[in-house]
Amino acid sequence: MKFLLRRSIFYVITAWAAVTINFIIPRLLPGDPVAAIIAKNQGKIPAEAAESLRILFGLDDSLSLWDQYVQYWKLLFQGDLGLSFTFFPTPVADVVAQGLPWTIGLVGISTIIAFTIGTLVGTAIGWRRGTWADSLLPITTFFSTVPYFWLGLIVVAIFSVNLGWFPSSGSYDRGLVPAFDWPFISSVIYYGTLPALTIVLSSISGWILGMRNMMVTVSSEDYVTVAHAKGLSARAVMFGYAARNAVLPQISSFALSLGFIVGGTLIMEMIFSYQGIGYTLYQAVSTHDYPLMQGCFLVITLSVLAANIIADFVYAVLDPRTRQEG
Amino acid sequence: MTSTDTAGAGAPAPAGALVADPVLDIRGLSVDYGFDANPTHVLRDVSLSLGRGEVLGLAGESGCGKSTLAYAATRLLPPPGLITGGEVWFTGRDGRREDVLAMTDARLRQSRWQDTAIVFQGAMNSLNPVFRVGRQIVDGIFAHRPKWSKAQATERAAELFEMVGIAPDRLRSYPHQLSGGMRQRVMIAMALALEPQVLIMDEPTTALDVVMQRQIVEQIAELRDRLGFSVIFITHDVSLLIEIADRIAIMYAGEIVEQGPAQELYRRPRHPYTKGLLSSFPPLRGPKTELAGIPGAPPDLSNPPAGCRFAARCPHALGRCQAVEPELGPTAVPGDATARRVACHLHDGAQPVPLELALTR
Repeated sequence: MKFLLRRSIFYVITAWAAVTINFIIPRLLPGDPVAAIIAKNQGKIPAEAAESLRILFGLDDSLSLWDQYVQYWKLLFQGDLGLSFTFFPTPVADVVAQGLPWTIGLVGISTIIAFTIGTLVGTAIGWRRGTWADSLLPITTFFSTVPYFWLGLIVVAIFSVNLGWFPSSGSYDRGLVPAFDWPFISSVIYYGTLPALTIVLSSISGWILGMRNMMVTVSSEDYVTVAHAKGLSARAVMFGYAARNAVLPQISSFALSLGFIVGGTLIMEMIFSYQGIGYTLYQAVSTHDYPLMQGCFLVITLSVLAANIIADFVYAVLDPRTRQEG
Repeated sequence: MTSTDTAGAGAPAPAGALVADPVLDIRGLSVDYGFDANPTHVLRDVSLSLGRGEVLGLAGESGCGKSTLAYAATRLLPPPGLITGGEVWFTGRDGRREDVLAMTDARLRQSRWQDTAIVFQGAMNSLNPVFRVGRQIVDGIFAHRPKWSKAQATERAAELFEMVGIAPDRLRSYPHQLSGGMRQRVMIAMALALEPQVLIMDEPTTALDVVMQRQIVEQIAELRDRLGFSVIFITHDVSLLIEIADRIAIMYAGEIVEQGPAQELYRRPRHPYTKGLLSSFPPLRGPKTELAGIPGAPPDLSNPPAGCRFAARCPHALGRCQAVEPELGPTAVPGDATARRVACHLHDGAQPVPLELALTR
């Protein structure tokens, strides 16, 4: 298919550019990572080791920039992102792999929940525009305008400190051994409830508002009137004609927000001491851990890109006008 | 079937009824826009009958309430439109009579598309862009014939496509893959899916070029002859209307100001507004005439003038036109068909009707 091929080429080029920029930026940053790691260990590493560290981290100046670039790509394909300074000598890939599932699991699921509920509520409100249902909007908008960290702290104060219903931090009961069994999974859900709640609360109004407004716009389209005139049931008109078209812009924003799942949850992970990728990135930045930073950025960039690809193809499936066949 | 000839010379219709066998009888329909204390009266006490098998043309300037009438009569009026009074009697082939405005929602849904189907102005926007056109015809069929098999419904859709001159393999097309004329044909095919008795066409040809307009109009006339449905054809293009309509009703500022057999009304208008409207379009045949147009603009309906609403633009306005509202009644021209009605003080018999509004031949 021509459409798929054209999009694929576009994404290959974008991915190449993203990786290349990811390679260049740390090399433009001021500061010497080796000096930083020696300073961090406060004399535990002798100064003579500096040169070996340089070679270990692939920082020796003997290689030209081009050779470094080629090597970077080679290592990337082997999944080798270098060694983390902070968690020395754990490879960056392992550190990232440890945090990533937690973030994707928690934030991903809450984003999907917020999107689903928000879109359904928006559909209903938009369908009954001008009734009491519209008064739901200011309430949800309130939660999204409250600064996220404040909302997080309030939720912790109420449900964890005062009521004691949920734990205030962590991602599972430390007494359990991570395994794919019910006690562990239920513990993960239990620990994840509060962070998920705050994410849903703070993002749902966007989905409601977006869907509601599109529903109002689409409901006045002629084809919705035609659907009524055809004598279709109200349900069929609402979902098959109005919502089916109103949801299209929602899909693009959903894909974008999926892309931000990986990078955009730093504050949540800090408030709830959640062991996700955002928290990892925060540690990397505060300890000048360049390889880890680079690894995190790479994962974030690629996930945004992947989300875009998914959105593109989902959109093509849902909207025949975007498929330019023939 | 009511045609121009029989209406002119035929049996006298009972008083008040212009049509012997009405399939749709709109009585005293009033529509307001706005829910607040001071709504705009867009339709005021409009009565109109559609005879069985008849093509009724509804003409007037933009914003005079033509489409509102169609939407209100089918209860498709979007908010803030509100039907404030009136009845819309539908008579089925079996003689059953029902007031559309009094139907329950379930009954209304059942009646729609089977009794009355509509073709809208924007062929562009009348089709759901994300579904194949075939599916959109089939879902309408299934809403009323739930026992039909999928193959049966698809076969019916293909049959309809052939009827309007589209290759049945186009059923698998999306709306954006079809031209404007084709889309309008798809809409017509869709509207005829359940063999409705009334087809309301709201400016079905406005977005199309002249050649396509003509083809569509001819097609509708041909289908009407073959299938025997009745049509309310709404347009502002009177010269197009006389090509297809048996009878024409002229609307101005939310009221019907004149109605009568198409050819008579076209050749011998009785209302000054009809006269002005007709002079605004070039005749399709005959000698060239100068296009006059009507000076001024329709009144603001949220603050309508007292008396006749056309008085301010009327070249023949009398003193009482500003004060007393004229009612739809017989014309004052001797020899006019009984089916002719006009709402104008010039025809109340108190003075001779101006010559240009009293042509007899």
